[in-house]
Amino acid sequence: MHEVDMTKCLLLSMQDWRQRHGPVSPSVKVVHLQVGDFTCVEPAQLVSTWDVAIRGSWLEGARLSIESIPLVGRCVRCSATYRPSADSAYRSPCCDHPMEEVVTGRELRIRSVDYTLASSVPAEKPTPVPS
Amino acid sequence: MHMPLEDTLGLNLLAANQHQAEHNRQHFDAWELLCLNVMSSPGAGKTSLLERSLAQLRSEFAMAVLEGDMTTQLDAERLEAIGIPVVPITTGRACHLDAAMVSGGVKLLRQRLDPADLDILWVENVGNLVCPAEFEVGEHRKVALLSVTEGDDKPLKYPVMFREADCVLITKVDLLPHLPVQVERIEDHIRQVNPHCAVIQVSATTGEGLEAWHGWLRQQLAMPMGQQAPALVLA
Repeated sequence: MHEVDMTKCLLLSMQDWRQRHGPVSPSVKVVHLQVGDFTCVEPAQLVSTWDVAIRGSWLEGARLSIESIPLVGRCVRCSATYRPSADSAYRSPCCDHPMEEVVTGRELRIRSVDYTLASSVPAEKPTPVPS
Repeated sequence: MHMPLEDTLGLNLLAANQHQAEHNRQHFDAWELLCLNVMSSPGAGKTSLLERSLAQLRSEFAMAVLEGDMTTQLDAERLEAIGIPVVPITTGRACHLDAAMVSGGVKLLRQRLDPADLDILWVENVGNLVCPAEFEVGEHRKVALLSVTEGDDKPLKYPVMFREADCVLITKVDLLPHLPVQVERIEDHIRQVNPHCAVIQVSATTGEGLEAWHGWLRQQLAMPMGQQAPALVLA
């Protein structure tokens, strides 16, 4: 259900990005997201919400591509990384230590946007925004 | 010619909400108040606990409540009866509060009082263990409630919520003698995903644990708002 609100946030971020391009509206082909397994986002729901939300908008036809990022923890006792399983074992298998450090899995990131610009304007690549 | 381009953004998907949350937090900091985001599943006892805590703490602290509810104002009426200013935020379809809704609630609150006079602003979120974990509202601390009647597996089923919490209150502990639940297992499961948060057992019915919980609150108020919540060391 909250994927609707996540999509709204995503559209606002895309709108900001578009405005930085000035008068020429970029034609977006693909929006690449990274979504960690240790978030409350269901990628399939996000895609279906996106497909509905962009109908009739400047993003119509743009595809949402989601890369799932696995949950990886690091044991603070021995520094070994491990993949906790959602079923029961968030403790490190090496030292039986709680999941203290999360290396990856909390990502909710717009990684990049594939797009084209109208031919009348030189297609200059804008400065990337620091993450 | 259409040349395909790629912009590397690295933006958070929820950047729009985070900007608003940061804006809210700047206001809270300027008013020198502590904002707490109280979250749990429906029926874990958020409103009952707030009723007890507000009644006990009202002589010590100036407080107000932003009360999130999907459709009704029932919880707001319960809390208003204590004599604490309450602004109901009915979220309609949304199953969580977001930073813009809280900003709207603060605007309504400002029609009634000057937030700079407050010590604590409580945000009682919509009952839900999933979405509120991802939508910041500008809070300084997240407080998650888990009642013993929900079973001991919830921290493992909804780990993001319990991972994000600064304080987890295990509620309704007065019911423990009647349930096949070991509170130690609940605590262990919370610790698996969040080894450093404060974990406090409370009962809004008997008052058990309320002093420890209020002690945690006083600790948070005693430190600059921007600082991380420390672990509570319980004897």
